[in-house]
Amino acid sequence: MSEVFGIPLPALLGQLMLGLVNGCFYAMLSLGLAIIFGMLNIINFAHGALYMMGAVFTWIALAQFGIGYWWSLLLVPLVIALFGVMVERTMLRRLYKLDNLYGLLLTFGIALVTEGLFRHRYGVSGLPYSIPEAFSGTFNLGFMFLPKYRAWVIAASLLTCFTTWFVVERTQLGAYLRAATENPQLVQTFGINVPAMITITYAVGVGLAGLAGVLAAPATQISPLMGTNLIIVVFAVVVIGGMGSILGSIVTGLGLGLIEGLTKVFYSQASNSVVFLIMALVLLVRPAGLFGRER
Amino acid sequence: MPNLSKVRLAGYGALLAAGLVAPFVAYPIFLMHALCFALFACAFNLLLGYTGLLSFGHAAFFGTAAYVTGHVVKTMAVPPGLGVLAGTAAATAVGFVFGSLVIRRQGIYFAMITLALAQLMYFFFLQTSFTGGEDGIQGIPRGHFLWMVNLADDRKLYYVVLATFLFGFVVIHRTIHSPFGQVLKAIRENEPRAVSLGYDVNKYKLLAFVISAGLSGLAGAMYAIVFTFVTLTSSDWHTSGEVVLMTLLGGLGTVFGPIVGAFAVVTLQTQLADKVGSLVTVIMGAMFIGCVLLFRRGIVGEAVGLYNRVLGRRPY
Repeated sequence: MSEVFGIPLPALLGQLMLGLVNGCFYAMLSLGLAIIFGMLNIINFAHGALYMMGAVFTWIALAQFGIGYWWSLLLVPLVIALFGVMVERTMLRRLYKLDNLYGLLLTFGIALVTEGLFRHRYGVSGLPYSIPEAFSGTFNLGFMFLPKYRAWVIAASLLTCFTTWFVVERTQLGAYLRAATENPQLVQTFGINVPAMITITYAVGVGLAGLAGVLAAPATQISPLMGTNLIIVVFAVVVIGGMGSILGSIVTGLGLGLIEGLTKVFYSQASNSVVFLIMALVLLVRPAGLFGRER
Repeated sequence: MPNLSKVRLAGYGALLAAGLVAPFVAYPIFLMHALCFALFACAFNLLLGYTGLLSFGHAAFFGTAAYVTGHVVKTMAVPPGLGVLAGTAAATAVGFVFGSLVIRRQGIYFAMITLALAQLMYFFFLQTSFTGGEDGIQGIPRGHFLWMVNLADDRKLYYVVLATFLFGFVVIHRTIHSPFGQVLKAIRENEPRAVSLGYDVNKYKLLAFVISAGLSGLAGAMYAIVFTFVTLTSSDWHTSGEVVLMTLLGGLGTVFGPIVGAFAVVTLQTQLADKVGSLVTVIMGAMFIGCVLLFRRGIVGEAVGLYNRVLGRRPY
């Protein structure tokens, strides 16, 4: 059996793979945060709560209504997006003229309410969700065993990230979106319905969080607390990467997931805090973030 | 506005009188709990209300001071007064380190970075040995203040806590109403302009951050002595959120707002905890939403607004 620095290679690769899976979630969540921030100028603190809702809804769909994984993969993000439309139309909309700190405080309140309600209803212990049949078992890659579900999560989220990048950077709709991010008034004078675009942006952003939640359901413990702990890490990811570029947030998310996985192998005590330490380092060296620009 | 300052003076008098009589009317532990958080919220308000910087990680300073105080008082048999000083010094030092990092970014990033750094502290407290990890530090002796006052007596301890609170309040008050405080307000209103007037904005922000962190630490250190235990709750993000809510509810950038907010939130928590259990979080979240959407000036801010409106109608 081959070893790297005294660590058996399969164990190392296994942890790296786990790190990559986590990195995929970081990437999807920070991507959503970045898109929402670009358009609404608000940091969506509720993002973690919506990710949690995605996972819990997936569990509810199966346990109460017998709706399986594949349908959940389609329906749950839509439900979360609808919830997002509601939040944007009834609450966030009133805050656009104010200091953007109020947006953070409001979404923090939404996060507390959703987390509290789910915690009241479902407790804090994990809800079980088994891996869909098509993805049970592992691939034998020769040098390691790769659980099929992990491979699927990585593939699905990379595809999602790529699609989002493509839509924003390479399509007409994306061009409107980027233009409206730069100068909403000007875009509106061209007859484009900016308020509707803002709503759609928020819905898509939180829909991504919901989708990440569905993907996470069979891979992690579903619990009402899973969202907020994750979102704080994602905030650090966003600070490290900067919110300037979509590709930047994807790369940063994946990279930090991998680094976290490596830390788990070599110095597991620090695996919770390594992302925050890297954030502090980046602030010292490059305050605007790796891909960011000062604004 | 001579009338407003008269009202304010009357407010100080009423506050002091209420503070002195309170332990004969209400449960001292509850009062001390509320006073600790009132000082914490006032310190937080110095940063958010007067400098315009939203820190989402102030529990780091509260928790640091609580742990350091608890540790030195319990295992090194340091008298509680010195223990509180040690805790406050530790929080000030952490505040300086965090502050130097976080003033490199502005606005919304400031909030995210403070939250992340506080989470770093949280994991440090979880894993290091002197904090007792998940168990926390239990059975911190209250001891004697200046070798004379036996702090095991709740009422005596209350007056020491009240005096400490008043000390912190006066420091904040002096800071706000000094030339330094005026510059802070200028930074809040228009940072580029403050820069163009030749102020070294970062130095001002850092000093405000350190003062705020130190006083938050003072609050946390007292909390450790009052409750004789420290747990991870003291440094987790819920606590950071609570102090934001207290300040917002009472009134951002008002002198008395954070005190009112702290008493309101602590009362709610202690009254509701056994009735609705885990739904307390939901209520706090709903209060956040309500404050932001309907009530942005907070209780004291709205009251002052109302008072001025009534005053404005009078022929003067």
